[in-house]
Amino acid sequence: MKLLKFLLVGVFFGIVLVKSEAVSWYRIFEMFKFQSFHMYGIIGSAVFLGILFLWSIKKLKLKSIDGNAIHLPAKDKGFTRYLLGGSIFGMGWALAGACPGPMYILLGTGVFSMLIVIAAAVLGTFTYGVLKDKLPH
Amino acid sequence: MDFLLRPWPWYISGPLISLVLLILVYFGKTFGMSSNLRTICSIGGAGRFSDFFRFDWKAHLWNLVVVLGAMIGGFIAVTFLSDGSVIALNPETVSDLRELGFREAGKSLLPAEIYDWKSVLSFKGLTLLIVAGFLVGFGTRYAGGCTSGHAITGLSNLQLPSLVAVIGFFIGGLIMTHLILPLIFGI
Repeated sequence: MKLLKFLLVGVFFGIVLVKSEAVSWYRIFEMFKFQSFHMYGIIGSAVFLGILFLWSIKKLKLKSIDGNAIHLPAKDKGFTRYLLGGSIFGMGWALAGACPGPMYILLGTGVFSMLIVIAAAVLGTFTYGVLKDKLPH
Repeated sequence: MDFLLRPWPWYISGPLISLVLLILVYFGKTFGMSSNLRTICSIGGAGRFSDFFRFDWKAHLWNLVVVLGAMIGGFIAVTFLSDGSVIALNPETVSDLRELGFREAGKSLLPAEIYDWKSVLSFKGLTLLIVAGFLVGFGTRYAGGCTSGHAITGLSNLQLPSLVAVIGFFIGGLIMTHLILPLIFGI
């Protein structure tokens, strides 16, 4: 039962991402071509409200559902890993037209060839884990 | 009810995505989809090859449940909440895509030229999907997050590393879209 609420959040997330067309390869292509405001509007308004939400949580010292203080872990310091890793991710994002969330969602819409992309993404993550200490961060 | 079946505009979708972030934070978690790839590696026994995968994956089970829900959500959205409308792409995008050989831009979520089995089962098509997935999986873990973890959560939490990562997302995305895709699909 504890996990049911996460299932419902996931269902909501999946519906929103399909209905917003953010899971569409075409929308990602259009975004990187700067030919539409659509994706920028989605991400921009999500971040704008997200800033307001997280700021209010900190200001009002709101507690989570289990009564603990809400704390979002800070990202590790660094520059290379974010720029380089980010660029590698961006190339994959524009080629597949899907980032990790949409990959699963699109599989749910019945695109079974997405399983190949997901399997390759797992392999990519595995490769990173193995090479981690040899990479500049 | 009609508005539910039509595509949702950005000013509805964006705020609803921030609601997902808010709910997960309220549940004492955080919003990050790519972490699941690491969890899957760990469940599969990758801990034998790297410390990176030696952690208590059971503590991350909730996030895999979000993934399961997202798949169900995707199914519900296309099965019960769609009116089959064509994606309202910029006509310029449609004509740019036609030049690259994409004939049905916007008629489905994904191009048949990449995701149909006919394309997937060719050497070029299979390579393309494997390379794309590998870049996403490798890059996202190297950068410590993806669109949900960095672009939505990290930026909302005013994290400078996330801004650098998002700039990286765009450098990579622009190189792929403007320089490499024309090489793959042009001619």
